[in-house]
Amino acid sequence: MNAARDAILARVRAALRDVPEAERADDVAVARDYRTEGTLPHAEVVALFAENCADYRANVREVDAAGLPGAIAEALAARGARRLAIPADLPAQWRAGDGVEWVEDHGLSHDALSAVDGVVTGCAVAVALNGTIALDGGVAQGRRALTLLPDYHLCVVHAEQVVELVPEGIARLREAALAGQPMTIVAGPSATSDIEFNRVEGVHGPRTLDVLVVTG
Amino acid sequence: MTTSASWPDVPAFPLAAKSALADAQMRRNIGMATSTIREKRTGVVEEMPDWEQLREAGRALKERTLRHLDEHLLTLEESVTRAGGVVHWARDGDEANAIVTRIAKSKGVSEVVKVKSMATVEIELNEALEAAGITALETDLAELIVQLGRDRPSHILVPAIHRNRAEIRDIFRRTIGPETLTDEPAELAEAARRFLRERFLRARVGVSGANFAVAETGAIAVLESEGNGRMCTTLPETLITVCGIEKLVPAWQDLEVFLQLLPRSSTAERMNPYTTLWSGARDDDGPREFHLVLLDNGRTDSLADELARQTLACIRCSACLNVCPVYERTGGHAYGSVYPGPIGAILTPQLAGMRAAGSLPFASSLCGACYEVCPVKIDIPTVLVHLRDRSNKERAAASLKGRLDPERLALKAVAKGFATRGRYERLQKLGRLGQWPLARKGKIERLPGELGGWTKARDLMPIPDQTFREWWVEREASR
Ligand code: SF4
Repeated sequence: MNAARDAILARVRAALRDVPEAERADDVAVARDYRTEGTLPHAEVVALFAENCADYRANVREVDAAGLPGAIAEALAARGARRLAIPADLPAQWRAGDGVEWVEDHGLSHDALSAVDGVVTGCAVAVALNGTIALDGGVAQGRRALTLLPDYHLCVVHAEQVVELVPEGIARLREAALAGQPMTIVAGPSATSDIEFNRVEGVHGPRTLDVLVVTG
Repeated sequence: MTTSASWPDVPAFPLAAKSALADAQMRRNIGMATSTIREKRTGVVEEMPDWEQLREAGRALKERTLRHLDEHLLTLEESVTRAGGVVHWARDGDEANAIVTRIAKSKGVSEVVKVKSMATVEIELNEALEAAGITALETDLAELIVQLGRDRPSHILVPAIHRNRAEIRDIFRRTIGPETLTDEPAELAEAARRFLRERFLRARVGVSGANFAVAETGAIAVLESEGNGRMCTTLPETLITVCGIEKLVPAWQDLEVFLQLLPRSSTAERMNPYTTLWSGARDDDGPREFHLVLLDNGRTDSLADELARQTLACIRCSACLNVCPVYERTGGHAYGSVYPGPIGAILTPQLAGMRAAGSLPFASSLCGACYEVCPVKIDIPTVLVHLRDRSNKERAAASLKGRLDPERLALKAVAKGFATRGRYERLQKLGRLGQWPLARKGKIERLPGELGGWTKARDLMPIPDQTFREWWVEREASR
């Protein structure tokens, strides 16, 4: 096995004979003159996120902090979701709704996760330009399987978590990346373009995605 | 060229194209699908004022990666190992297949779940696993359609692009049911969901490819739509990822470029529904065991060609396929290679060796549309011409027969004929007189003798009664 490693590295080095000995990787210039810092006022960034996220047929609603528990309860009721899986550190005030059973994830089995009506989480960062939400396993997000197996995902996004551009989002995830945290970036509910290149929502991941954006 | 790579045989493009051109249904399916995606791509690219800067950054980042690939590979190995993963190296497909098979066998499984990966198609991993008594279940909708239809992939992103919804319905009815299935895309997707759900839940080994591997953090990125990629990379206890050595990017920050370029170029979305990133293995989230197989399989041969090296920058978005007039008409199967279209025309001969796939660089009209859409600015036309030259030289050098190759002789004669206007016009007249025994229904399907090589793969339009030049002279005279 080490023979293969040595052989491949030797072949790579032989193939790169034209690269000067003294050249370092960073000597190869990369101009980062694409947009790296947003220019929109924050309120517009949040509005753009809501618009682009909804474009994937996610249901996006803006609420204020005081209205959040009510909005969660309403969303769950509208979906008929009564048993909800949640990360153990989900804030208490998010656990809203009459007769809703909250199932904390302390290593739930895959079958158990499949059997709940949905899942409620927060997120790490959201990007307006492409309407995405990133989960990095941090506070109120749980492990990856938690937001994968249930058919319904309700995600709470705080306005201050929304950035305008992709580079800003990637930068916010850097710390978690260096810590080796697994991540999921979500753009709407699961979908496929495999039938005649037309997007159809709902294959293996959650078929319904509700997003509550908390402003103010 | 000699290569250590193990590659399936590649039939000559011209022969395969002739029969593909005759398949009207397939041409319609591909024509419809590619025109849909072309239009959508233009839309999502045009809303990006900094698209050209992103393309240039993508190109430059890949150059940085490739010119120092040894260093980045070692960094990646270190990062993945530190994060609890195991790194394996495979010189060719056989070695990679042996590694994956050994790991799967050690887990005692008879089935693995797979998320679409071009690298594993390239090395024929499924066949190798099958030979060892392990079923590799493809979980991508399009791959599943191909697998259930006992078919071959024809597009690197949507392998079943040659199938329309009615054909997919028929394949599903025959295989996974139900009998009553309609051709409504949502219903077809639902059928796949039901069929695969149980299998995901009980899978113990998952196999994936990689879109990107970040040397700095050890993160592997898989971009997908359906959630099957998340299932395969999250639920099994053991995950094995086969990753071509060119898939690396040096730093975490570099994802800010590629995560913008790839989705807009491939499925023409601002972002694909799901992107999974993980480093190594953990006890509390996802697989407890992670194996990364770094695959060469001819890539270092490509790296050694200074001009053609840029081919390895490819992020497999498939935009070049979707705009290619040749691909649109012949479909993917005619290329007879895992990688069809313009990228296949330059990648396959480099990976599989000129002698195995030397006809592919000729499968292009050099119109340049591929270069214009390529998100990492691979100059496909220039690489094509360069490889044609290499192919010709290698063919000529290979044998005496090569030097007497009828196509070369014919082209030499043509060159002579085109050299002066007088000679050209005389030849046209001669041709008109001489062609009558050959033309049938307005085209010439077979030329005699040595020239037969030309029409084996092409129909020739007979020389018209009047040339454009003659018509022009006549028209001017009668005004
Ligand atoms: S060559 Fe360029 S356009 Fe074609 S698949 Fe690769 S990255 Fe995409």
